[in-house]
Amino acid sequence: MIQIRDLHKHFGDLHVLKGINLDVNKGEVLSVIGSSGSGKSTLLYCLNNLEQIQQGSVHVDGINVHAKGTDVNKLRQKLGMVFQQWNSFPHLTVLENVSLAPRIVKGKSKGEAIAMAEKQLKHVGLGDKLKHYPNSLSGGQQQRLAIARALAMEPEYMLFDEATSALDPEKVGEVLDTMRLLAEEGMTMICVTHEMGFAKEVSDRVAHFHQGIMEEIGPPEQIFGAPQSEHTRKFLANVR
Amino acid sequence: MQDSISFFTGFGINDLLFLGEAALKTLWISALSIAIGTLLGTFFGWLLHEGKLVASFTIAPILDVFRSVPLIIQLVLFYNFAPIIGLNFDPFASGVVILTFYTAALVASVARGGIEAVPASMRRASRSLGISYWQDLFYVVLPIGGRAVFPAWIGVVLGVMKDSALVSVLGYVELLKASQVLITRTQEPLLILAIAGAFYFALSYPISRYANKFEQRWSK
Ligand SMILES: Nc1ncnc2c1ncn2[C@@H]1O[C@H](COP(=O)(O)OP(=O)(O)O)[C@@H](O)[C@H]1O
Ligand SMILES: [Mg+2]
Repeated sequence: MIQIRDLHKHFGDLHVLKGINLDVNKGEVLSVIGSSGSGKSTLLYCLNNLEQIQQGSVHVDGINVHAKGTDVNKLRQKLGMVFQQWNSFPHLTVLENVSLAPRIVKGKSKGEAIAMAEKQLKHVGLGDKLKHYPNSLSGGQQQRLAIARALAMEPEYMLFDEATSALDPEKVGEVLDTMRLLAEEGMTMICVTHEMGFAKEVSDRVAHFHQGIMEEIGPPEQIFGAPQSEHTRKFLANVR
Repeated sequence: MQDSISFFTGFGINDLLFLGEAALKTLWISALSIAIGTLLGTFFGWLLHEGKLVASFTIAPILDVFRSVPLIIQLVLFYNFAPIIGLNFDPFASGVVILTFYTAALVASVARGGIEAVPASMRRASRSLGISYWQDLFYVVLPIGGRAVFPAWIGVVLGVMKDSALVSVLGYVELLKASQVLITRTQEPLLILAIAGAFYFALSYPISRYANKFEQRWSK
């Protein structure tokens, strides 16, 4: 379970997150929507300590993410993350991209790491690309590679930061399908997304962020059917 | 018999060996300076990147001095002043010390460029997997940034190899000094300089060839 309490984040004078309170339960799929600059990415970065916070707290399975003694490298193994830019390691084959972290972070033997990598690559439909280098893959394939790379650490949570925003339109579907597959398998997911169809169909809850505040959160029927907040209504009117 | 009455003698096979040996000394002093200088320079480059403000006030100006003062002046100054502070280096050691710092100063900006060639988002992604700061440097930044600046580093290597000729002013008998000795004796400057040039080429050419091979392999 992820527990966010009164989370405040500043970049210098810029107050980016203004007191976020949010619980995400095991097995839940939460979509986060909102206009650009509203603090969605920053929120995700605060969950795995890629960003420091100025006030409040984040707990992941009871671990205080920003406490001094917390082993962040261990914590991050719990939280797989997929970014807008897929960031494949260009010098490694597809298989090595995925087996690197299990080997050097988890200390798995080469054989075990490769077996895990193969398993996750088949899982995302890249079983036939093991020996390829990332630059021979399409954007959609590289993003699925990024998903496999995160999954190979056997995370309990997956954080997606606009995983499809940088893709050519015809490649969006294959990545969303992979995300859907994970959701069906029971993965706990927080998906920052502009894909309203995905948010509506796959999420248990949808949160709308507006200028660093969580304006509204609720089941997709509420957010897309009968939003309570004026800002949420306006935002949705604009994206449609 | 003629040798004993003539001061100047022709260029012989022994002289070729003499030049060959001197070429090996050029190779040796360059290889040593480049190896140590590259390690040191990579460390400085990392400091420049990481310790931004502090480093830019401390090591950056020092490196600038090594980069901008002509090597020959550095060599002569160091060789003559080091004994004053109790460092009695022979020409070879003095050459290695100065060439090492010279290389390090050049490599520092190359290394910094290499680190900066790796996008922040890439490093963020690798850290998000639980990869530590040092693992990220070794497994991600070094190979990716290293390939990006490899041609620039090769340029430094070839440059230092040529510049190592300047150590001859201290009396170290490397390729250039050996050529001067032979020219004085044989009075055949064109022949000997051509041979010395061929030796420099023979030392450099394999390096640029290999470098090309690597670059081609990486860019596929
Ligand atoms: N590293 C940073 N330094 C300074 N400002 C930042 C940084 N990262 C994000 N911001 C600012 O914080 C605000 C929220 O950014 P972000 O969380 O990326 O929004 P979103 O993902 O919703 O588009 C933006 O105004 C952005 O410019
Ligand atoms: Mg964002």
